[in-house]
Formats: sequence, C-alpha cells, structure tokens
Amino acid sequence: MEKEPASISKKVEEFLQVFKKGEEFTQELLKENEKLRYRLAQHEEVSKFSDREGSYKLHSLEDRVKFLEDENRSLIERYRVVEEENKDFANRYVEVEAENNNLANLYVASYQLHSTLDFSESLKIILEIVMNLIGAEEFSIMMLDEKTNELTIVAQEGMGPEARASVKLGEGIIGGAAKTGEAFYREGDPTNLSGIDYLHPLVVIPLKIKEHVIGIIVIYKLLVQKQSFSNVDYELFSMLAGHAATALFSSKLYSQSERKLTTIQSFLDLLKEK
Amino acid sequence: MPEHNFLVVEDSPTMRQLISFALKRIPGSKIVEANDGIDALKKLSTQKFDIILTDINMPIMDGLKLVSMVRNDPAHKTIPIIIITTEGAEEDRKRGLALGANAYIPKPIQTADLLSIVNQILGNK
Repeated sequence: MEKEPASISKKVEEFLQVFKKGEEFTQELLKENEKLRYRLAQHEEVSKFSDREGSYKLHSLEDRVKFLEDENRSLIERYRVVEEENKDFANRYVEVEAENNNLANLYVASYQLHSTLDFSESLKIILEIVMNLIGAEEFSIMMLDEKTNELTIVAQEGMGPEARASVKLGEGIIGGAAKTGEAFYREGDPTNLSGIDYLHPLVVIPLKIKEHVIGIIVIYKLLVQKQSFSNVDYELFSMLAGHAATALFSSKLYSQSERKLTTIQSFLDLLKEK
Repeated sequence: MPEHNFLVVEDSPTMRQLISFALKRIPGSKIVEANDGIDALKKLSTQKFDIILTDINMPIMDGLKLVSMVRNDPAHKTIPIIIITTEGAEEDRKRGLALGANAYIPKPIQTADLLSIVNQILGNK
C-alpha cells in the first residue's frame, strides 16, 4: 500500500511537469503568436505604404507622359509653323530675286539711254534695248514731224521693204496711238503672226514728254524664242515711253544747238576778218 | 574666296553692262569686257579666264568664229564658252554647241538661268 501513494505522487509529479511544460509551450506559442501578429501588422503597414507609393508613382508617370505628349504636339505644331514660314520666305526670296533682276534690267536700260547726247547713238541704244531686253525681231522707231503731222521711221530692225516709211498722225493703229498717247497692245497670242502686217503691229509705245508725244516705238514681230510678254517687259515699255523720249529729245536739241553754235561761230569769224 | 575671271564679248554696251551686272553677283568675280571676237582674242592672250560669254552677231569677228578659234587654240581650248544670242532657233543652237560651246542661252536672258549655268560650269571645273 505504501507503494501506491508513492507511485501516485510520482505520477502527479510527472503530470505536473507535463502540465508545466505544456504551460511553457503555450506561453511560447502565445509569444510566437504575438511576434507573428506584430510582423503581420508591420507587413500590412509596409504593403499599405507600397500601394500608396506605387499609385503615386503611376500618377506621376501618367502626368509625365501627358506632359511629353503635349510637348510633342506643341513641337509638331511649331515645326509646321516654321516650315510654313520657311516656304513663305523661299517664295519671297524668289520674288525678290525676280524683282531685283527686273530692276537691274531697268537700271541698265535707263543708264544707257542717258549715257549719250548723240541722237544716232540714242537711237542705237533704244534698238538694243528693244531687241536684247524685250526680245523683238521686227520693230521701228518713228519720230513725229509737228509741221507735217507725220510719223517717219528714223531707225528700224529686221523690217521688210513693204514697211511704210511714214504714217499720218491719227491714221490706223500706229497713227491713232501717237495721237491719243495711249500704248497699244494687240490682244491674243503675240507669237501668232497669221494675218499680221505692217499696219497691224503687236505693240505701239508712244514716246512722251509729259503728255506731249514726240514719236513712237512699233513692234511687229518677236524673236522665235520669245513666247509672251512678262511683267518686266511692260515695265520696260513704260520706262521707254518716258526715258527714251527725253533721251531722243535732248540729244536732238543738243545736235541742233551744236549746229547753230558752229554756224554762229563761222559768222563771228567772218565778221572778225572784215 | 576663289577668284573667277569672266570674259564678256558683246558689241552692245547695254548687254555688256547687263551681263556684267549679273556676273558681279558671283562672289570673287572679275569681269573683262570685249567689243568683238578680235578684241576678245587680244584679251585672251594677256590674261587667263574661267569662262567666256559671247554674243554671235558682232562686227569684225562674230561669236561663232571666236568659238571655233578658241577651240582650235591649244592654250585656250579647254575654257568653257557660253553663247548668249538673239539667234534662238534650234539649228542655231545645234551649230553653236557643235562648234564647241558649253551652253547656249537665247536673248532676252533671264539672270537666274544665266547664273545657274555659270555656277554649274564653275562647279564642274
């Protein structure tokens, strides 16, 4: 019987130890559980933060893409505007070049016209301008005789023997243009010469000092390579109307005064001898 | 800047001035003018030229004779020649080129065309 209480006591002891170990194990489990909860909470916190940061970064990148797209559109628009401006400048450059060349032609023509006081040389220069700068093949310069009211050819180029040497003021297209002082340009294709004769010119330019007509330039035929009149041709016609008139008039006056001077000088010499 | 020497052969003072005016727009251009073929040959014997620009219808010696003489002269036969003339028919152009001209420009000249041809010849030299 004494053995039984001892064994019971041992068993109680063993049970208590097992229970104690169980308690310790439970305590450890609880501690571990606490740790895990804490780490889970930490992870949840980090995860929340990461989501916020990711979302923030995504928004930022979207904004950046939008900004770059806007910038790209703006650059494309500016490029289009610059390209337009470039085309405009190129066109203007071509226009300025053409205008520059036209002005050079006009300058050279007027410079040459006023480079002499010799009547025949003035006529020669007008012929050169009409042939080389305008491109006429058959043409004449006629001067008006105010006493007889007749226009007479004083210089010509390429004209046939059937051309009339003189025309009455007011007669036909040529005389009419001289009378009214209005330039005449034949309508239609200037290279179409069918039915054209010396009474039906292509162009008649009255040579005027103010409103006073002193002569005319008459063009009947253009050079084979000259297809039509350009803007500079009309400018040249306009320039010739005024400048050729003053060049011819002044050179004629100068020639007359030179002749008179010689005559007077001869008289004076004669008087001195007596 | 490279120097470009041009010989302009023309009996018309108006055309000489107009052609010279156009050529002056080429940087480094130096222009000598001659009244006819004989005058041009005299100037060729005293100076070197990069291009000769000549009219056809001139007194004393015409442009075609000048082209022919230059092409037959060993000292000058390689100088490029541009004919500028009122003779605009196709047969005239063929005749000028057959004699050895490098280009044929009918009058009235367009400055832009003239400068384009001159620059092309200068670029090929």
